[in-house]
Amino acid sequence: MRDVWSLYSDKVMEHFKNPRNVGEIENPDGIGHVGNPVCGDIMELYIKVNNNTIVDARFKTFGCGAAIATSSMVTEMVKGKSIEEALEISNRAVAEALDGLPPIKMHCSVLAEEALKSAIEDYCAKSKRRNNECK
Amino acid sequence: MKRIYLDYAATTPIHSEVVKAMLPYFTEAFGNPSSIHSYGQEAKGSIEEARVKVADLIGARSEELVFTSGGTEADNFAIKGIAFANESKGNHIITSSVEHHAVIETCQFLERRGFRVTYLPVDEYGLVDLDDVKKAITDKTTLISVMHASNEMGTIEPIAEIGRIAKEAEIYFHTDAVQTVGHIPVDVNKLGVDLLSMSAHKLYGPKGVGALYIRKGTKLTPFIHGGEQERRRRASTENVPGIVGFGKAAELAQHEMGEEVKRLTYLRDQLIKGLLERIDHTRLNGHPLKRLPNNINISADFVEGESMLLNLDLEGICASTGSACSSSSLEASHVLLALGLSHEQAHGSLRFSLGKWTTEEEIERVLDVLPRVVAKLRAMSPLLKSHR
Ligand code: FES
Repeated sequence: MRDVWSLYSDKVMEHFKNPRNVGEIENPDGIGHVGNPVCGDIMELYIKVNNNTIVDARFKTFGCGAAIATSSMVTEMVKGKSIEEALEISNRAVAEALDGLPPIKMHCSVLAEEALKSAIEDYCAKSKRRNNECK
Repeated sequence: MKRIYLDYAATTPIHSEVVKAMLPYFTEAFGNPSSIHSYGQEAKGSIEEARVKVADLIGARSEELVFTSGGTEADNFAIKGIAFANESKGNHIITSSVEHHAVIETCQFLERRGFRVTYLPVDEYGLVDLDDVKKAITDKTTLISVMHASNEMGTIEPIAEIGRIAKEAEIYFHTDAVQTVGHIPVDVNKLGVDLLSMSAHKLYGPKGVGALYIRKGTKLTPFIHGGEQERRRRASTENVPGIVGFGKAAELAQHEMGEEVKRLTYLRDQLIKGLLERIDHTRLNGHPLKRLPNNINISADFVEGESMLLNLDLEGICASTGSACSSSSLEASHVLLALGLSHEQAHGSLRFSLGKWTTEEEIERVLDVLPRVVAKLRAMSPLLKSHR
């Protein structure tokens, strides 16, 4: 039962206190649903895509302070990005945008990256079914 | 913001009278108890006085007490000491699956060295079954070690009953009483234990000092080799101020225990009742009645413990959790899992432990804040909709 959040940056705490983009999107273009094999936490990410651009992103997360903060940050980061640009967002980039995470909490940012990738994959699978291209 | 400390099971602040009793032993009465001169004898005398006070608290004779650096050392000492000293008789140890890490890890260490260990399961309330104890005994068993009460879920184990079984089978019996000594009545003879671990900083004494009760005639290997301190059972120059503080804390605890048990039990039940009423999908972990007067452990479904703690901390409330996310090993509490909780339920666990300075207003504040925290986190939980 050790405390670890004394190591959280102000930015992490700020996103934890006021997480952006909480919730679901009605009729989303892509849904990512991933579980964290390390500690068993769960993240869901919803995206809305228009002309190959992510116009909205929302999340639901069951997890620690870092998991909530990285979820919030990744939804902020993808908005306005093209699918290609969004695919380049790494967990490190999310962690850096939050002024870093304690080493033991880096796996939580992996969850954010994977949720995003999984949402984009879902979007691509759906577009292909509609015979639309997904780059 | 006024902070509310509800983590007394982790550690307690030192009572001001304890600090006062300790202070002279840092400065003018600084002698080494092993020295023949008056400085040494003064220190020696103070240690023996403290030994009597601590022994009184548990109904023991003072010569049966060895001071240690804390509860963890006392557990290590008892288990390794018995295992090594009685190896010619057997190599089997019985313990429970809900013990403190100080016991579990010590047993695992011994397993790697060829000992056999049985980890008794517990029921949904965390209680060890007496039949399981009996069935686990073999002719190779040299030690049974079951904790008096759980630091996590608060359940008080049937120690006196296990003590009778151990006595009949002529097996040494150890209990980790770190959470009970000074909080509820503890009597080594009524409990029928041969060894009992305790720690000063859980009863308003200083950190870095504890003790192991060793019944007269018990065969165990010394823990630290060196000088002649503690009847050669634990070498090292004594932590004189710490031991004096432990003695004072034991004395105070003995006076105050009766009233404290009543007061804390009332507050505990207020908090349990209030939380279960105000937050749906919540359960109490541990036994509802056979329970430490100061322990509340609940699980709230669909939410994670660290994020609850963090939100509580932002409101000035300090508690603890058995969630995997808050442990450095990223594993959920073995105690909660042993009760049969799912990983998700262990994730959503919170422990509040009350103490001397806990007030009714503080309990009210938790009852006001926690439902809001849970609601906020549930609103962002992906687990919730599948249960709607
Ligand atoms: S989500 Fe479990 S440690 Fe971060």
